[in-house]
Amino acid sequence: MEVGMLPISASKRGKLLAAGYTTLDAIARASPTHLARGFPFQFQFSTLLSFSNWVCIYVQKFLFFSPTHYLTLTDIDVSESEATEILNLASKPSALERPNGSHTAVVGDLDNILGGGIKCKEVTEIGGVPGIGKTQIGIQLAVNVQIPQEYGGLGGKAIYIDTEGSFMVERVLQIAEACIEDMAEYSRHFHKDFQACDVKMHPNNILENIFYFRVCSYTEQIALINYLDKFITENKDVKILIVDSVTFHFRQDFDDMALRTRLLSEMALKLMKLAKKFRLAVVMFNQVTTKHIEGSFQLTLALGDSWSHSCTNRIILFWNGNERHAFIDKSPSLKSASAPYSVTTRGIRNSTSSCKRIKMM
Amino acid sequence: MANKLINQMGLPKSIVNIFTARNIITAKDALSHTEFELMELLDVGKEEVTSAMAHVSEVVCPPCQTALLLLEQRVLNESLAGHLSTRLKGLDEALCGGIPFGVLTELVGPAGIGKTQFCLKLSLLASLPTNCGGLDGRVIYIDVESKFRSKRLIEIGINSFPEIFLKKGMAQEMAGRILILHPTSLSEFAESLHQIRVSLLQQQVKLLIIDSMAALVLGEHDSEASRQQALGWHVSFIKSLAEFSRIPVVLTNQVRSQIGDESRMYSFQAQSHSIIKDNPATYDSHLVAALGINWAHAVTIRLVLEARSGQRFIKLAKSPISAPLAFPFKITSSGLVLLDDEGIEMKGPEINTIHCQGLSLSTLAVSSAEYILRTKNA
Repeated sequence: MEVGMLPISASKRGKLLAAGYTTLDAIARASPTHLARGFPFQFQFSTLLSFSNWVCIYVQKFLFFSPTHYLTLTDIDVSESEATEILNLASKPSALERPNGSHTAVVGDLDNILGGGIKCKEVTEIGGVPGIGKTQIGIQLAVNVQIPQEYGGLGGKAIYIDTEGSFMVERVLQIAEACIEDMAEYSRHFHKDFQACDVKMHPNNILENIFYFRVCSYTEQIALINYLDKFITENKDVKILIVDSVTFHFRQDFDDMALRTRLLSEMALKLMKLAKKFRLAVVMFNQVTTKHIEGSFQLTLALGDSWSHSCTNRIILFWNGNERHAFIDKSPSLKSASAPYSVTTRGIRNSTSSCKRIKMM
Repeated sequence: MANKLINQMGLPKSIVNIFTARNIITAKDALSHTEFELMELLDVGKEEVTSAMAHVSEVVCPPCQTALLLLEQRVLNESLAGHLSTRLKGLDEALCGGIPFGVLTELVGPAGIGKTQFCLKLSLLASLPTNCGGLDGRVIYIDVESKFRSKRLIEIGINSFPEIFLKKGMAQEMAGRILILHPTSLSEFAESLHQIRVSLLQQQVKLLIIDSMAALVLGEHDSEASRQQALGWHVSFIKSLAEFSRIPVVLTNQVRSQIGDESRMYSFQAQSHSIIKDNPATYDSHLVAALGINWAHAVTIRLVLEARSGQRFIKLAKSPISAPLAFPFKITSSGLVLLDDEGIEMKGPEINTIHCQGLSLSTLAVSSAEYILRTKNA
């Protein structure tokens, strides 16, 4: 990897290159004092640390470096605390696998194929044709994330970013009411005690915990995602971030497709960072487009091929005969499978043909 | 909001100067670059760029509302809870009160099915005084295909609201509230949209109808790609127009025929796909909406009007609030009338298909002959 790819300003990079450090390897093998001597300006330790952070990310992402390379990189820092910080960073992927109630349940069959629900700390993309129920799933998730922990939920809050203006409060109210009824039934079923089955939740509580942003242009969308870091720090307990849809503005206003790809991938990285930092689930909705493959037109999700790398999981909603189905198109941990679901007045439910009973988890 | 000036955001002077020197004046300019590109362009460190962009983003980003607040606002501001009643009982109930404000509602259907009739009825309803259940406002009717007939409008009015339209002068007044525009090209249309934006604020416009969107776009662009691009800008503009003025916007779309089923499949469905390919029956052509899938994503509510074995149906093909229902209807002298208020629940993708069977021209001819007679008598 070359110095040219480092996230530092052009002038600093110029100085690095002038001092003869063309590859990261070279920097890695030099001690800080060496580096500082090579520079006419004071080279700060924090900058070096950010180098190695950056490299670590690359180590994880592209496996450019072998573990021994990585070890030489840690030679840069002398202090123990910083070394641990880097090591922490490097060990993050393993931390992901810790099971700790980190799923937002959608419903029954869908959860089964998803291994328990939408995962926290991951970015999940859901796409499908118009009218298949994307917004419905979004609203359902925003409500379900608030199910208290006693009932097997996360008891968190939701952020809903609406780019299409299809969020209907009336519908949220319907789904919230149905969700509370379901919880009451669930507690009756398990406690057999009519005192305890009193669910202390009002639909208004649920509505109150959905933070809604209406985004009217792609600039606003980028700005909002930049700002969310601060917003979530201020409003703790946000457990899900829903972007409905990530596509709309990026599909309308662009002539320069290369710029679009760059902006999108930066946004995707930021979303991934948010998911990790605040341990929340990020759900993005995507639209579909037709693509000419092997002599015939087929449906694929919009925004192009490079975008399809930017999410951890990808779920495609489609019509299978007369049923709505969800298909896991991409996931690092789940096997590809599909499950039916249906959209009812009460929200997203199991397909009636496969199961009549409404399951909670 | 995206056009806010960076030098008016309270950033440190030194950073602002760097931005201005590189001709990055508005927030849009800045946000159209990735942070990496900005570092390159401005020649400053990562920290400075990140903190400056965090500040810019905070100023630009839209305000946060809780869903509860939204609900309270809706109840407070809109006496009719933000819906234009269609006076078709079943449809109104399914849509929680009618055509909602602030979103795009689309009518798709084959020629002669009654899209324009429905639009005429809606524009009448919006112009009625509030004590008769209307919105008491003006209507902007963008008539691309020159199908608007004021005689038919008055006829629908007289037959559905005799108490108002038989009063002297009322018919003229009601009709006078409907403003008709005849754009002939997309650029002309764009121009009139900008004018509308201004007049929406000044006058009591309560409904915008575009009949038809498809004619506007299909006429000019032959290739799919250029059509998408031309449409894209208008879609987001009309959407924002609807939203900021909180009025219902109704658009119509035409149909075209498509051969085979293949473009409705994903690649992972390929197996089942090949089976279908062997079956020649699916090579039958069927009707699809003329504006493609990108457009279909943009509309919030889609109503499909179709005919199956001579019976006309109106179907709620896409709606965030309603179940997929189909209502049989007929066209009478008072406009569109539902035959059944219960509706038939449709299963599966059937709700999206557009049939045109048995909508024979003879019945059309009869009804139009009837209509001519009637207008003569009146």
